Amino acid sequence: MQRFSWVRFVAVLKKEFIHIRRDRASLVMAIAMPLGMLLLFGYAVNTDVEHLPTVVWDQSRTADSRDFITSVRNTQYLDPDNFVEGYTQIEGYLDSGKARAAVIIPPDFGKNLQGDKQANVQVLVDGSDPTVARAVMTAFQMLGLDKSLQLQSERLVAMGTATGISTPLNIETRVWYNPDMKSMVFNIPALIGLILQNVIAMLTSFSIVREKERGTMEQLVVTPIRSLELLLGKLLPFVFIGFVSLSLILATGIFWFGVMPIGSIPLLILLSTIFLITILAIGLLISSVAKTQLQAMQMTFILILPSILLSGFIFPRETMPKLLQIMGGLLPLTYFLKIVRGIFLKGVGIEYLWRDTLTLCAFAIILLAIAAKKFKKNLD
Amino acid sequence: MNLAIDCQGLVKRFGAYTAVQGVTFQLPHGAIMGFVGPNGAGKTTIIRMLCGVLMPTEGKATVLSFDVLTQPEEIKQRIGYMSQKFSLYDDLTVNENIDFYAGVYNLRGKIAQAQKTQVIERIGLQERTAQLVSSLSGGWKQRVALACALLHNPQLLVLDEPTAGVDPVSRRVFWDLIHQLAKEGMTVLVSTHYMDEAESCDYLGFVFYGRLIAFGSPDDMKKKEAKDNLDDLFVYYVEHEAQDDPRNRMIKKGGRG
Repeated sequence: MQRFSWVRFVAVLKKEFIHIRRDRASLVMAIAMPLGMLLLFGYAVNTDVEHLPTVVWDQSRTADSRDFITSVRNTQYLDPDNFVEGYTQIEGYLDSGKARAAVIIPPDFGKNLQGDKQANVQVLVDGSDPTVARAVMTAFQMLGLDKSLQLQSERLVAMGTATGISTPLNIETRVWYNPDMKSMVFNIPALIGLILQNVIAMLTSFSIVREKERGTMEQLVVTPIRSLELLLGKLLPFVFIGFVSLSLILATGIFWFGVMPIGSIPLLILLSTIFLITILAIGLLISSVAKTQLQAMQMTFILILPSILLSGFIFPRETMPKLLQIMGGLLPLTYFLKIVRGIFLKGVGIEYLWRDTLTLCAFAIILLAIAAKKFKKNLD
Repeated sequence: MNLAIDCQGLVKRFGAYTAVQGVTFQLPHGAIMGFVGPNGAGKTTIIRMLCGVLMPTEGKATVLSFDVLTQPEEIKQRIGYMSQKFSLYDDLTVNENIDFYAGVYNLRGKIAQAQKTQVIERIGLQERTAQLVSSLSGGWKQRVALACALLHNPQLLVLDEPTAGVDPVSRRVFWDLIHQLAKEGMTVLVSTHYMDEAESCDYLGFVFYGRLIAFGSPDDMKKKEAKDNLDDLFVYYVEHEAQDDPRNRMIKKGGRG
């Protein structure tokens, strides 16, 4: 066995940097793809329900009904901007999607309210999108409850039976970590993981598959270069690119989207490095299976879908069937998401993250060992 | 005698298919040996075994007195290899390619610089060093590839169809260089399809169906079978062997180089 040679390692390293510098596509992919994906996901993956178009059929036309419509608008969830007459028109609005909800106020609404009777309001909700429907229903129920209590206490005061009523049960909820419940705050940190995975895995696999495609690997095999020297020389530039991408995403997240990490940034960078190594190993594995760059690209894309669906990126893993939970557990991204969200949102340190960190380390070591072995075999 | 290559009964099997069987020959230092034979005859497989890249299934071989089975790294450091596909990096300049291979052969500092200057001068690449390899013609690419293979002063130069698809003038220039190098003591192992190139070798090996069916100097070989030129000899061998080799149908099916 020959010793590791720095001269050979540096030769590979230099060559790789020249490749990257000359290859516009890689450069664009390393810089534009993270930014593009961040903007795309940052805006598109938005589960916040706000300002939904709402249609109103006000048959009462009284101060009370107008007051009610104003309360609907004040929830911020709904925009009751369209006024119609009759169910046919309402159906038209809901069918065409011009409105997501309809409020129907009957003619006796004002009279019933004034006359201490029960007034009815009908609400129709477009349930095609459950998330939207649920938000609309909750908004209306809360509004109804609130209004009722207010009217009830007013009536009681008017009857002289009570003064200054307070409710018997008061539940005070406070949302931690993401008090405004903005999905962006939840998504942007997670995007660091998803974007790093896609960009770096693809670029790494490309750089090795390219040598196979061009036939230069055949030439390298007959030289005294050792697989470790070649491997490290090829991977290190992508660690560098990974850091550039990471900083880009962090900067955009902080300065453009205003999502500030609460926890320690050095810890975030340290743990991101471990994740990056895992990703490099995945790229390396892809390159040992793929014969062309096209195949490598397809394999990376195959990885994207489960990464988005099963890792907890959008949907909580707790509610998934056991099998999918296990499958999600096989993705390194799953653990990195917990880490990155923990640091970003909760500001927790390694005392809460050590388990995920260890899992990530195990992934890195196992994947790298398999990938390096496969790579070596390819070289022989 | 001190031999550059000593090959004893080399066999290579890929699963059930035998690519090379019982190849035996000896090559002294400073000689040019040419491998000829049809495509898929096993020339490349033999060459790759001698380079220490492919492990022989059976048999022994020493290259520059190092065993291909146990000392492949020693061999790799001392041979220069150039293949039919010009294995250069298209997006690197001539200079950057040479720099890379200098590094790969563990040359550094002043030695690397001296070797580079010498090789560039010898091959006449002075004007081309700043050019991207992708902008070079086939003949020039081939010369750059040779330059990369010569940087570390190899004792043995292995050329696998180095002139395939190169114009006649470049071929002539290339072979003048090869003869010059051999005169200075470098051993050269080359595979080729061109009979004029084969003619100018000191030794010829005729490879067919994975076997070395004839070995000797071009003149001896022609005399032995009473042929006027190597073309006729080549055709004669192919017809003769195909006729009395019962396995050829089976082998043909799995043909690989």
